[in-house]
This record gives sequence, structure tokens and C-alpha cells, in this order.
Amino acid sequence: MTQKNPEYDFKWCPGCGDFGVRRALEFAMAERIESSKLPMETNVVIAGIGCSGNLVHLLEGPQPFGFHGIHGRTLPIALGAKMARPDLNVVVVAGDGDFLSIGMEHIAPQAARNLDVCCVVMDNAVYGLTKGQSAPTTTLGAITSSTPYGKAEEALNPLELYLTLGVTFIAQGFSSKVKDLAKLISAAMAHRGFAIVHVQSPCTTYNDTYDVLKGNPKKSLAPQIWDVPAEHEPSRREAAFQLVQRGGVPLGIIYRQEGRPSLDQRLAQLQERVKPKSVDELMAAYQLS
Amino acid sequence: MKTQDFVVRFAGEGGQGVVTSAEALARMAAEVGYHVQTFATFPSQIEGGPTWTQARIAISPVLSPGDALDVLVALNRHAYEEHYPELRPGGVVMHDASFQVEEQGHTLAMPFTELAKQAGEARSMNMVILGALAHLISMPRQYLENFVRLRFKGRDAVIEGNLKAVALGFEHAASGEFRLGELALPQKPAYPQLLIRGNDALAVGAMAAGVDCYIGYPISPATPVLVFMERNLIGPGKFAYQASSEIEAISAVLGAGFAGKKAMSATSGPGLSLMSEGIGLAWMAEIPLVIVDVQRGGPATGMPTKTEQSDFFLALTPAHGDSMMPIIAPGTVEECLFAIIHAFNWAERYQGPVIVLSEQTLAERVQNIPKPDLSSIAVEGRNVYRGGNGYLRYDGWEMSPMPVPGGPGAYVANGSEHDPFGDTTHLPQRHVQMTERRFSKLKALEDGTYERHHAEEPIALMPWGASKGPALEAYNTLSSRGVRLAWYYTMYLHPLPPKLLQELQKKELVLVPELNYTGQFSSYLRSQGVRAESVRQYTGLPFKVRDLVRWVSERVEARGGRMVHA
Ligand SMILES: Cc1ncc(C[n+]2csc(CCOP(=O)(O)OP(=O)(O)O)c2C)c(N)n1
Ligand code: SF4
Repeated sequence: MTQKNPEYDFKWCPGCGDFGVRRALEFAMAERIESSKLPMETNVVIAGIGCSGNLVHLLEGPQPFGFHGIHGRTLPIALGAKMARPDLNVVVVAGDGDFLSIGMEHIAPQAARNLDVCCVVMDNAVYGLTKGQSAPTTTLGAITSSTPYGKAEEALNPLELYLTLGVTFIAQGFSSKVKDLAKLISAAMAHRGFAIVHVQSPCTTYNDTYDVLKGNPKKSLAPQIWDVPAEHEPSRREAAFQLVQRGGVPLGIIYRQEGRPSLDQRLAQLQERVKPKSVDELMAAYQLS
Repeated sequence: MKTQDFVVRFAGEGGQGVVTSAEALARMAAEVGYHVQTFATFPSQIEGGPTWTQARIAISPVLSPGDALDVLVALNRHAYEEHYPELRPGGVVMHDASFQVEEQGHTLAMPFTELAKQAGEARSMNMVILGALAHLISMPRQYLENFVRLRFKGRDAVIEGNLKAVALGFEHAASGEFRLGELALPQKPAYPQLLIRGNDALAVGAMAAGVDCYIGYPISPATPVLVFMERNLIGPGKFAYQASSEIEAISAVLGAGFAGKKAMSATSGPGLSLMSEGIGLAWMAEIPLVIVDVQRGGPATGMPTKTEQSDFFLALTPAHGDSMMPIIAPGTVEECLFAIIHAFNWAERYQGPVIVLSEQTLAERVQNIPKPDLSSIAVEGRNVYRGGNGYLRYDGWEMSPMPVPGGPGAYVANGSEHDPFGDTTHLPQRHVQMTERRFSKLKALEDGTYERHHAEEPIALMPWGASKGPALEAYNTLSSRGVRLAWYYTMYLHPLPPKLLQELQKKELVLVPELNYTGQFSSYLRSQGVRAESVRQYTGLPFKVRDLVRWVSERVEARGGRMVHA
């Protein structure tokens, strides 16, 4: 939306982390236009269903193409769009419920294919749009509207999952650190392969984790976030595993594997020597003599 | 009089070459100018399990698989027992000599495996069988011999073995004292022909329509379309891929359609069920795409290798909320080829999903068809938006050009109710307008054609899908017996050609033969003000002509009869 649209009635709550994620994505896309000289319309933003997915309507300035589809299916829609048009910059934006719960089945196949898309996952460890139910990243024992006596499932560690599945670019950001996040998204877009930027994007209404993440001396809370140390080598898988198992919330590039062909590259290689048949040639195979 | 038409069934275990026998016979017969149709039903397991295939060969175009068998080739005792009841009086059983059958007239024991061994070509059992058949119907042996030479061209040893197998089969059958009668000689059509399977016709048609992207998940009986596309839909700008599920398939097809491509998937009932939400999204966000449902039997996993026409309701309204999908249902192998081209045209023209309803018997059927003149149908492409930015993609009630990513007119393709730009809205008047917009686009699809004969008759027969063949044969039989009926047929099930609907609304009764319990298509016709009744069967098998003849004439008589007993 370039200007205020009177019909559009969705608003993020004050303080919602998704504001910062939107800004960061705007910066990253602007940076891409600047450096590549390609028009904004070569960007496609595929959004999940949730508060987070509304980002696609709330972008300011020049508008990319958007696809706001159905809950949990951003990745396979991105698969079709990217493979149909490898020249497009395809970005997925989705909540943790959309991406890691209903959409979980789609992560492993894209990782195996090394699909060349950039995903921005807004993790607030709760279902915002449906008003506060538990999500895969909600902590064990947490009281939510759907877990009145405490959550019975262990919380998922998404970064460890991505590593295990073989995602070739993994980073984590925080919605309050917009500039840093924009850099991570830019790097993810530039990565030739399956890239995920996992973002801590707190929900002020149903799961306000700002204090927990940043720390609050008044409540004697130590900060959970910490920066990935400069000496970390993202190309080393072992090091990445150690990093994500250390506890807390590491911010920065966790893992980056370069040189693995993406799906479009691999298919092009495999089919290099096959000559496509014309319709007439295809039909000739069935012709009676 | 010479025989005009004969039906042979090959029955045995999966892996015994039963399938290839029927197809080899069909190919051989079609090469010399007969008309042929095969009919197959497979067990789900790969090796073993009872399997049978059938071939019907005639001197005029074949409409149905054939009700009664002239020859049953039984490779084991179980096959003999199961299929014997379908042998016509005077028909012949050719059975493997390894087991005995009760002497019931014409039976011929053949040491199939031994003869193949004698021929020196272990895999030539087919040819032994075909040689014996050639004798039974007095078909010139030379037809078979030419066929062998053509099929194994360049492999002299194999040719020699197979020729020997033909001769041994022929001679062994000749040692028995009976024949089935002489099959009339064929008249080879003057026009070029294809011998092609329904699924292949569909795939070739899709290529002719200019399909760019195919994403599918393996499922019987639609898998051959995936296999064809993986092999042939390659090169720059093309993409064929096996998805991880039908949910992934429909979503990826949506992404490709949105990105400006002609995209499709083929599946069967279980897959169509999983695609439900995605098809609704295509309707809502106005994205062109084509989904083929090769129907099989039953709900849930049902009967994967049997036929049924029980997905009409699902195809019409696969998704929640107000929507109704355009449906094209080919009735013959030839129509498969054209149906898919029309489906792509419709999808591009109204900018939304189109469902093609095929079915197991049609998908697996091998038939000779005139080589289609593809230039006879115009292939329609996307109406691409070429203006500036700030475009209102979903403005008004009319079809609007579609922006393609990379080009101007960026918008949000939205599955939530939206305003003209594509932003989410919940305003009542907007939902009214957008709902009407989506339905009004169906008006662009009212160009379907239909067949009609004896339109003056007040009672009509109107099959759909692959029940067309048996119904037409039944119609011809009924007509020759003086039962007066009108004939209507179209593959454009939704929207129906408006003129056709008007004609049907004037009928006293429209009888709809369909392979389902719920009488789906007649139910739809009744909702459109047509006095329609189904003639139903739900065995997993196609209609037999004689059953249709009986059931239809009973209904007609019950109406006060228009029977002229000749
Ligand atoms: C198939 C389906 N199931 C359920 C829903 C309801 N629903 C909408 S958003 C949502 C979860 C949103 O949570 P998340 O993805 O974490 O996004 P957030 O709102 O927190 O940004 C659910 C369950 C739906 N729209 N579609
Ligand atoms: S409910 Fe939570 S996630 Fe949704 S807009 Fe409000 S703060 Fe953001």
C-alpha cells in the first residue's frame, strides 16, 4: 500500500515487532534495487496468514508484487513462482505458526532442493491473529489461551531444525535492531540457495518478550540476546550447531554454505544435454505407419 | 457373414505379460486398419495378483470395451473361473495347458510357456497367443509377421524368435478343429492416425496448449501424466517437478500461474481433496491454472485402479465459500487431447482454475484416433497488463488484464477478500461486488459446443465423461429397436453451453447414465431446472451396453412408453 487505504482495516498493535521487520525488509529491497538497478517489480513478497503476513499490505514506498495466499503454504507457492521465473527475487514472510506448525512439512523439501528463496520468519512464540494460542516455539509450561494449564510440548529450536535439514543460509535477527536485520535480509537475498532469516518479533498483546530478550535489571532479567562472535565461521556446520545449542538468542549469521547449486541451477545442469521435443515430434511417437 | 467385431480378454497374474498382450494385439490390428480399444484394470500391487486386459477390434470405430467375450485367454485356473461367465455363448476359452477346464464346448489348451521356449525367445508368449488368435479369427498371419518385423526392427534374432512363436501358436491352434469365424478385412482409413492412451493424449494436448509448468504428486491413475511431463517439459522457461504432496503441488502451480506461466497438475480424487484450499485460492486471487482429476473409485483411498464418475460434486465446489469451478470432462481418448487445450484457454480467458475430469478407464485406454489437426483450435495466451504502476488489478466486474511480476502493475494477489488493488477488506458492499465479479467471469466460458440427435424427442439420453461410448452404443441399439430418444452430449459440464441448457429444460425427461451412487450430474441438472434422472452404476467398472439398453428402455416404458416394437 503506498498510501492509507480506507478499506484496509488491519492494524498491528502498538509496539508489535512486525513494524521493525517491515522497515528492515523495505531497507533490504531498496538496497537491492540500488545495487542491482532492477526495478522494484522484480521483487515478489509471498506472505503467510497471521498478523505477520499483513506486512505485504503495509509496505511503504515503491511496491513489489505480493501474494497473500492461505495459511502455511508460502514455501510451495514460492517454489512455483521461483522455478517459473528464476529471474525474480522471491521473499517469503511468515509467522512462526504459519512457517513452523502448519507449514512445517514444506521446509525439508525446499532445503533438500536448495530452492533459491529468502524467508523472513517472524517468531513471536504465539499465534497473534487468532488471539494468543500456543505455537511450536512457545516455551514448555507456558499458559496460553489454548494451554490453560501450561503447554505440554517442548519448545522447538528452529535454528537447530534448519541446520539439521540442510538449509544453506541461516541467520537470526531481532525486530528492534532494524539496521542489523536489514543487513541479514540483504545477505539472505544475495545467497544463491535456500535462506532463512529467523526474527525475534515480539507480540506486545499476547506474548511480550521484550524484557526477556533485552534483559531488564529492574526485574533482574539477564538479556537473552547475544551477538554471534566475530570469530565464528559460518561455513563450519559443527560450529553452527555449537552456537545454536549454547542457549539464549544468538543474533547474526549462524550458517552459510556456499557453492551448493540451487534447484534451478541443478535442473538446468541435468537437462543440459536433452533436446526438448516439439509437439509434432511428440505426436509422431504415437503415429500409426 | 463375416465377423465385424471381436472382443478378447487376457487374464492372469500381474507380471505375466497380460497387459502387453492386449496392447500388442491392438497395435497390430490398428496398423492394418482395424479400429481398436483396450480396457485394463490392474491390481495395486506391482507383481502378482489377478490382472486382466481386454482388446476390442472392429471394422468400424469402437465405442465401448465390449460386453461379452469372444475369446478368453486364461493363464491360470483362477482367471478362468473368474472370467468364464463373461464369455459369450459359442465363445472360445484358450487356456494354459498347465491346468484342466471342464469341457464346455470350445476350449483350447495351449502350452504357452513351452511353445515360447521352443521358439527360442522366452519373452515371446504374447506372440504365441496372438498367433493362436490369428488362427481362430482367420486373420492373415502376415499382419502379425509384419508387426513383429516392425516392432523389433534391427534386432534380427528377436524377430526370428518371435516369428517362430507366432507360427507355433498358429499351428497349435490349427490342430484344434474349430474357428470363431472370419473377421472381416479392415479398411485402412485414408487419414493419418495415432494409437494413443487417454493419459498420453491429455499430456500431448497440454503441450500443444503451451503448458510451461507442471507440478504433481504420483497417484494412480494420473501418474503417467507426471512421468510424461518430467520427461518432456524441459528447457528454458519450462519446469516439471515431483512435489512432496498435492498440497505442495497446487501451491506451486499457483505460484507459477501468478508468475505469468501456464501451469497445471494432474491428480486423482485423494489428491483433489488435498488441493481443495489451494483451488479456492486460485478462484479468489484470480490465478489461471488447470487441474486434471483422473477419477478412481470410492472415497478415501477407495479403489485406486477402478473407474468411477463420483468426483463431479467435488470438482464443481472443491473449496469452502462461494465458488464454482469450470469443468471439462472428455468422453473419449480424442476428446482428452482437445479438452485440455480448451481448459488452458478457459483458464487464461477467465483468469482462474479449470478442472478437467478424466477417469481410470479413459486414462488407461489405448485407442486409434484420427491424428488431430491442432491448428483447428486457437491457443489463447495471457491478457497481460502493460500500463503503468498504481494499477487496480481487481477493479469493477469485468475481466482485467493481469500484471506479470517483473513488469508493471505490482499488486497483491490476495486470498482474503480484497479491494481493487488487492488489499484485504471486510466491507459488505465490497464482498458483494467481488463475489459477483468472480461469478460473472464464468460468462466468458459459455462457448462450449454439444452434440444432439433427434432433438425433437421429449425424452433424452445424456451421458457425461467416459460413459459416452457405452451410452452411444446403447443409444444406437435402442434406436434400431425403435425406442425413440433424443441424444445430447457435451464435455463442457460447467458452465453448460446456455443453449444446451435451454433445450434440456424443455425435455420431459433427461436420463443421465453415470458411474456413481449419488447421481451427481443429474442432481446438478435438476438444480438448473432440468427434469433429469440418473441411470447409476457403482461397481468400479464401466457400463455394459446391454445393461444400459435394458435400464434405459425400462425407464422409457415406465413413462408411458415410446417403444415401437419392431
Ligand atoms: C487452514 C487454516 N487453519 C487455521 C487458520 C487460522 N489462523 C490464521 S493465522 C493463524 C496462526 C497465526 O500465527 P502465526 O503464524 O504465528 O502468525 P502471527 O499472527 O503470530 O503473526 C491461524 C491458526 C487459517 N487461516 N487457515
Ligand atoms: S496481536 Fe501481537 S502479533 Fe498481532 S499485531 Fe498485535 S502485537 Fe503484533
